[in-house]
Amino acid sequence: MIEVQHLTKRYGPTIAVDDVSFRVEKGEILGFLGPNGAGKTTTMRVLTGYVPPSEGRAVVAGYDIFDQPIEAKRRIGYLPETPPLYPEMTVGDYLLFVSKIKGVPRADRKARVAEAMERTRVADMAGRHCGKLSKGYRQRVGLAQALLHNPEVLILDEPTAGLDPKQIIETRQLIKHLGGDHTIILSTHILPEVSQTCGRVVIINKGRVVAVDTPENLTARLRGSETMYVQVDAPVAGDVRAALQAVPGVTEVSVADTRGNVANYEVNSESGRDVRRELASAIVSHGWGLLELRPLRMSLEEIFLHLTTEDVAQ
Amino acid sequence: MTNILAIAHKELKSYFASPIAYIVIGFSAILYGWFFINLLYYFDRISMQAGAGFGGPQSVNVNEQLISPLFLNVSVILLFTLPLVTMRTYSEEKRSGTIELLLTSPLTDLQIVFGKFLGGLTLYGAMLAVTLVHMGFLFAFGNPEWRPVLSGYLGLLLMGGCFLSLGLFISSLTRNQIVAGMVTFAVFLLFWVINWIATFMGPTTQNILNYLSITEHLNDFTRGVVDTKHLVYYFSFIAFSLFLTVRAVDSERWRG
Repeated sequence: MIEVQHLTKRYGPTIAVDDVSFRVEKGEILGFLGPNGAGKTTTMRVLTGYVPPSEGRAVVAGYDIFDQPIEAKRRIGYLPETPPLYPEMTVGDYLLFVSKIKGVPRADRKARVAEAMERTRVADMAGRHCGKLSKGYRQRVGLAQALLHNPEVLILDEPTAGLDPKQIIETRQLIKHLGGDHTIILSTHILPEVSQTCGRVVIINKGRVVAVDTPENLTARLRGSETMYVQVDAPVAGDVRAALQAVPGVTEVSVADTRGNVANYEVNSESGRDVRRELASAIVSHGWGLLELRPLRMSLEEIFLHLTTEDVAQ
Repeated sequence: MTNILAIAHKELKSYFASPIAYIVIGFSAILYGWFFINLLYYFDRISMQAGAGFGGPQSVNVNEQLISPLFLNVSVILLFTLPLVTMRTYSEEKRSGTIELLLTSPLTDLQIVFGKFLGGLTLYGAMLAVTLVHMGFLFAFGNPEWRPVLSGYLGLLLMGGCFLSLGLFISSLTRNQIVAGMVTFAVFLLFWVINWIATFMGPTTQNILNYLSITEHLNDFTRGVVDTKHLVYYFSFIAFSLFLTVRAVDSERWRG
């Protein structure tokens, strides 16, 4: 549905986006993750036809955004970083205007505007001037504007910025709900948002793609081996360590922390091998108390920091 | 066409949502009224003198001595008011980021420019419509010829179109509306006085300078002459300015 090939965007000598390629399938929600200034907004601006690429191309809904911009733009709904509202227009008038320029047929306009306002919960503000809205409402009117012409592709630049926690949850639910019918790219630097809403993540830093995967795989992949966190209540710590070490598949056991009889261990095993059952039975068969056993994974925050701080990116 | 009208409608709405439309129309009406009364007294005096037969002009004509100078005075009003109309067209969209909405919608740059031009032209039309009242009085109490009046209005509309298209172009170059307004005013003024120096120049330069002057072309219109030369000038001026605007918007994209 969206195909980006070797996209590069230069502003004079500075390279904002450097040889970025990725695909988004129909109905997928793709998260665009990166620190500020990483090139997220620029990539989105190229995809929506706001700025032309310096090199490479982008095909959206089957149309090249540079060669057939009008056809492509008909199929894109876009929420820019700052919602593009006219302060002197009322919300209703504004949405009606947008529906006109997005090419919604005259007969459908009123219904579409009402539907978009309903979905984004801004109907109660229809008569209010856009300039007098709170930040949360502005953001949601911006989202309503992107949905108006029922586009195949939605490109949302930080859709939850400026919302309160309740609105954030509502907006995420709305976005999740929209996925399936619509293909969505959303950018954010809020990590939980990605794991909650997106099927796949592109991590971008300094204009380059540093990782593309599902949130789960990213979390798992970044450790070469699997690590288990085990908490055991046993009289002699040394015995436990030896017993855990003896479990087939285990490569390394280290003591993380001891408090009286209770000790915490980090158990590394061969990649892709689940040793939880064996670990549990080894501990229980010795008569020790197994207090906790859980896989230790890098959180998205850690991955993000790991990938975006200097020379990593394999 | 729907797109152009949608943009024009939006422009017009935002003029009337802000004080701009009221200020432009209101103050133009006041100034125009002042010019009108002034010229009316003057015309009154010379027609009395002509009637009394001492030292006055040989003949008096309401078209030549009242309406034609009145139309030329309107260009003074335009000089000050039209920069107000165009200064925000692009600058404000750029500053507030709404330009991103327009440029990512299925519209061509030309449609946006035409829409904005049409919106400004409609407001200017409303401004001119006020002057029909004064004209109505002249027709009610005198008998001016209607043809020069009609051609005069055509000339004014075209001259305003030139100012508007030029203002639109200047507005597309900056995101600061004060800068846009000031530069527009300065450039209007330059086109206004460009032929003042003509009398000191050789014949060729003189012709060129006279041809460039926006107001010089209005003279014939106010006298009832619709010359192709002037039409070509006004239409090419408008077309060129709008073309430059489209190019400016496009180049802004590339520079980011």
